[in-house]
Amino acid sequence: MPMNNAPSSVVSASKLGLTFETGDGPVHALSNVDLTVNKGDFVSFIGPSGCGKTTFLRVIADLEKATAGEITVNGMTPEEARKSRSYGYVFQAPALYPWRTIEKNIALPLEIMGYSSVDRKARIERTLDLVNLAGFGKKYPWQLSGGMQQRASIARALAFDADLLLMDEPFGALDEIVRDHLNEQLLKLWARTEKTICFVTHSIPEAVYLSTRIVVMSPRPGRVTDVIESTLPKERPLEIRETPEFLEIAHRVREGLRAGHSYEE
Amino acid sequence: MKPDSLAQRIIPVLAILIAIVAIWYVAAYFMNAPFQRDLDRRANVTSTTMEFIGKTMAQPKPILPAPHQVVSNVFENTFLRSVTSNRSLVYHSWVTLSSTVLGFTMGTLTGILIAVGIVHLKALDRSLMPWIIASQTVPILAVAPMVIVVLGALNITGLLPKALISTYLSFFPVAVGMVKGLRSPEIIQLDLMRTYYASGAQTFWKLRVPASIPFLFTSMKVAIAASLVGAIVGELPTGAVAGIGSKLLAGAYYSQTIDIWAALIAGSVLAAFLVAIVGIIAKIVDRSMGGRPA
Repeated sequence: MPMNNAPSSVVSASKLGLTFETGDGPVHALSNVDLTVNKGDFVSFIGPSGCGKTTFLRVIADLEKATAGEITVNGMTPEEARKSRSYGYVFQAPALYPWRTIEKNIALPLEIMGYSSVDRKARIERTLDLVNLAGFGKKYPWQLSGGMQQRASIARALAFDADLLLMDEPFGALDEIVRDHLNEQLLKLWARTEKTICFVTHSIPEAVYLSTRIVVMSPRPGRVTDVIESTLPKERPLEIRETPEFLEIAHRVREGLRAGHSYEE
Repeated sequence: MKPDSLAQRIIPVLAILIAIVAIWYVAAYFMNAPFQRDLDRRANVTSTTMEFIGKTMAQPKPILPAPHQVVSNVFENTFLRSVTSNRSLVYHSWVTLSSTVLGFTMGTLTGILIAVGIVHLKALDRSLMPWIIASQTVPILAVAPMVIVVLGALNITGLLPKALISTYLSFFPVAVGMVKGLRSPEIIQLDLMRTYYASGAQTFWKLRVPASIPFLFTSMKVAIAASLVGAIVGELPTGAVAGIGSKLLAGAYYSQTIDIWAALIAGSVLAAFLVAIVGIIAKIVDRSMGGRPA
């Protein structure tokens, strides 16, 4: 795969920095981040709280503005990319609207972006199927389990034509069994849709299992300390997590986290 | 949790009702006894204790009428009179009800408009909010006659001036509740709209408005009760010829204590009825918006 090749890079950041001015002085959420995410990549961002992984995702999404450096998303500024609806965003919480059924929740971005009602129907059906929620469209969010709600929110982010999927600890609030299951499903979904995914997590096994590249970050100031290319095959059954290759990568991630002095506080 | 059965809910309320009625009877005896003793002495009658107690409960203009006197008055003036009669409580309730509902409708609309303005314009938030709060510290009893008189001088009489007093009292809870409701969406829900590049109008109609509906109904329950108070207060200073307020006033003029209490009961029933209607509509809307059955 060609690296740093302009046409295939979806996200490209150089010397990116973001400083929040607070009452207690400036907080360096991000500093000097150089990173390229290529088309079709599954990139995980891992690091302890405060390392800026979520902030980086929010800068890509134009929910925060960088204060230094350059970043392009699909070759545009993040603001242009947001306005041309280039990405779907999955938050830590499902953020489904409680007064809308699951299918109406998925219809929300489609309504806003002006898709026709025929098109909406087809897309709702297709995305519900993608996240294995077929038949639950008429349910209200409270009638679904936490894992199902989060899948619905993924369906909502997949419903419109965005090649980039930004996921901010989407499974962080779920128990491990559900999380394993959703990780497996997410990989299948990624293979089927060929989207580019940026995935924030603080679970090492999750990052290693899912990603083609793992970006290790550390706090104060938030920065990238290591970028690990995964050598795992694209086809990944859950058992792959017992293989020496998997453990080797996990070890390297752990070393990277330790090098960032993240455990010494 | 298992929902309470009907009996479980009604028995405690009934127990309190019985206690109130019992206390009321005792109080009626003690309030009316001195006057009854006076009457008996002047008429040179002696009566047994039971007879005496009976008489304290049967005066035409008692200081405190006994519950059964009030009940029979309410019954008589509700069911036994033509609804067009000046003595019919249904007629008077209808007059008060119409200005309550008109005032409530105007108040709710005003409250919603003010809330939308406050949420969207920072300048309005700063400038209007203190005035809205101050408006409610003005004693309505002092303002009501002026409103009626001023509007009367402008040849505006009848329903509207009374309704305006209801409006004045009811817009406040709606405005405050709706400001809270329109601001109730969480940051994550607003961020979501931002990622879709939703317009301000889309965010308003698809997120802020639906999120504010429960707040709207809660404040409407307060507002409708306040509207009724406003309508009654509006009837007091005008020498109004009809309405629960005029019944109260007339009763006070002619010491028709039983009439006063009957009007009071009619007002309370009306209030309960109005609040219940708003409550039922709130439930229906909540269901249609996917509310979890309680």
